[in-house]
Amino acid sequence: MSGSAVLAGGGGTDDLVIRGARLLDPTEGLDETVDVRIDQGTISALGADLDVNGHRVVDGTELVLAPAFVDPHVHLRTPGREDEETIASGTAAAAAGGYCAILAMPNTAPVVDTADVLRGLRARAEEEAAIPVGFSAAITMGQEGTQLTEMGELAGAGAAAFTDDGRPVASAGLMRRALEYNAITGRRLALHCEEPSLTRGGQMHMGAVSAELGLGGWPSLGESLCVSRELSLAGDTRQPLHLMHLSARESVDLLRGARAAGIEASGEVTPHHLCLTDEAVRTLDPNLKMNPPLRTDDDRAALISALADGTIEAIATDHAPHSREEKDVPFEAAPFGVTGLETAFAALNTSLVEPGVLSLETLLERMSAGPARIFGLERPRIAVGAPANLVLLSPKATWRVREDRFRSRSANSWLLGRRLQGKVLLTVAAGRIAYEA
Amino acid sequence: MSERSLQVVPGDLLPPRRPGRRHLLGVGDLERVDVERLLGTAHSFALSQERDTKKLPTLRGRLVVNVFFESSTRTSSSFELAAKRLSADTMTMKASGSSVEKGESLKDTALTLSAYDPDVIVIRHPQIGAPQLVASVTDAHVVNAGDGKHQHPTQALLDLYSIQEALGRLEGVQVAIVGDVLHSRVARSLIQALRLVGAGVVLVGPPPLLPAELAEVSYDIATIKDADVVYVLRMQRERMEEGANYVPSLREYSALWCVTPDRLRAGQKVMHPGPMNRGVEIDPRVADSASALVVDQVRAGLVVRMAVLYDLLTTGPVSVETVAGVAG
Repeated sequence: MSGSAVLAGGGGTDDLVIRGARLLDPTEGLDETVDVRIDQGTISALGADLDVNGHRVVDGTELVLAPAFVDPHVHLRTPGREDEETIASGTAAAAAGGYCAILAMPNTAPVVDTADVLRGLRARAEEEAAIPVGFSAAITMGQEGTQLTEMGELAGAGAAAFTDDGRPVASAGLMRRALEYNAITGRRLALHCEEPSLTRGGQMHMGAVSAELGLGGWPSLGESLCVSRELSLAGDTRQPLHLMHLSARESVDLLRGARAAGIEASGEVTPHHLCLTDEAVRTLDPNLKMNPPLRTDDDRAALISALADGTIEAIATDHAPHSREEKDVPFEAAPFGVTGLETAFAALNTSLVEPGVLSLETLLERMSAGPARIFGLERPRIAVGAPANLVLLSPKATWRVREDRFRSRSANSWLLGRRLQGKVLLTVAAGRIAYEA
Repeated sequence: MSERSLQVVPGDLLPPRRPGRRHLLGVGDLERVDVERLLGTAHSFALSQERDTKKLPTLRGRLVVNVFFESSTRTSSSFELAAKRLSADTMTMKASGSSVEKGESLKDTALTLSAYDPDVIVIRHPQIGAPQLVASVTDAHVVNAGDGKHQHPTQALLDLYSIQEALGRLEGVQVAIVGDVLHSRVARSLIQALRLVGAGVVLVGPPPLLPAELAEVSYDIATIKDADVVYVLRMQRERMEEGANYVPSLREYSALWCVTPDRLRAGQKVMHPGPMNRGVEIDPRVADSASALVVDQVRAGLVVRMAVLYDLLTTGPVSVETVAGVAG
């Protein structure tokens, strides 16, 4: 089952010449300031002073042109909560964030647990998606953790991956069956690691700040105990798996150890876990409430190290739109989740690249080639003959995050009002100009 | 791929700090000088309350709105009386019988009440963060009268006031807080406030109910003998989730941690924020003894809340003379 078959919608056959940008494709070993020509949606030439061929020309002087981003963890809220996000608005937001492909989570209403629901979504994506989008299907029916979905049929119908995101597969026995059976699909199992008996009533990271604020604690162990279980099962069944939105040092250490032992396990981390700590929750801003929660500075340092050394291969936004009325409530009453598609690059560039904590090259790799590799998607790359999946970035431009500027239908961003450095100016996704600033 | 440094830069992208002392949302909004000024003001008001005419004209024409989304006897009555004694207009809204029962959101309730241009909104709410939400949508000063397990700053101030009145000092006073600290906004506020004024604190009770991040902890009830003040918390039965097993039973709790006469020594003061579960966390003989400051705490609540309202709506400290002057 080929990777590109899981993506639906978006794409086109645009022509374009980008002049004088710094081409930066770390995976291809490319770092050169030359022109790029796109013919009919395909990169046709790289070089100095390229013939324009009658195409539109974009000036890339002082800018970086990189492989566009891939987000394996997006909530499009469709079907069921189209007031919060639709395929059209979510993919438009992704395009504005520099993404050329995203994978949508199946915890919708109804849950994506049958081939019919999946086919319906893929058909809608063909009509309305701004960029190619893949749909992950549930591991268990209704994400209830009791009965496996028809994973074979779902994979045949184009499921991008399997996940019960939002909740763990609580039973170790069922998790083992899912791993074993998934061998027939060739798709990744993506796991939300949470031991519910340790996280019940949890509102934020359990530690000094939660003790002081009186908010229910969601301990690191609530994640790492489950991570440990999943990695043991992966080793035992010799099946690959992917750990979503890792937040705790202990989890990262376990993943590193398992990978060293030859277990085929991958991990992702969100921009908010890379930029913030539980100290931020003191403001009681509901846009700082997410699952898993923001943790300590030590955890944040561990996540950044793991991202840098490749233990964590992917950055995923866990873009989780919520309506204004749902988040305009006291912290304790607010739902978990924040948006991230339109701010991910700028937030990480501001918080990690500019201070010299992470190289731009590593950031670009973890936002594009890393997630594509994990999920078997075609890797966005800058090479003659490759489909044009490109993002034109200004690493120096600054902008202010404003509620009325989001393409997303929701504005529950932890960055509202903040000034960020780094701006997406143009996104080409599958040969189509999907966004221009 | 080489990384220059993996040093995390703290603080970047942190949200901006809340502005100054426009509200009293938690003890964290106060510095030591603020506490000392408020207690001084409260003391002045206490002297004024010894006269036959107890009403002062200080806040005439001002509007104080009390919004209580959770049951309360002490706090709501004392805020209402405090506002009245300062001649402010008051309006008290309880969740039951209001539009809240029709599903009105807290934000809309706050906007509705703000339309009357109140000077102060006093809010009690079962959810942490409710006062912050109200503060974000109103021009009024907001006073937190208790939000979930988070904060209850006027309770902490009245407790400090009571200790100072009873012992004549705060600096160096040793306070043992006994019971369910985990679920107690009173304890969270008081621990912070005691630190602020240089008093010592130890937490005593069952291990799962004592967050060690907050202060020194002891599981042995005998520890309370070392304290100047024994502060007994209510066993928050309504906050004990079914099957949470913080303690095996109330019976075992009482056997091990109930504050009884023989666990105290002479000269110790005993405090309780109320309402008391006699026979659970506090022995009735202790509750009714001369060492108990429970009624003094209620009296302190009135003058401290007068001081808080006065402090938010006027500038500068009040003196006995001024109060006597305007009252005369």
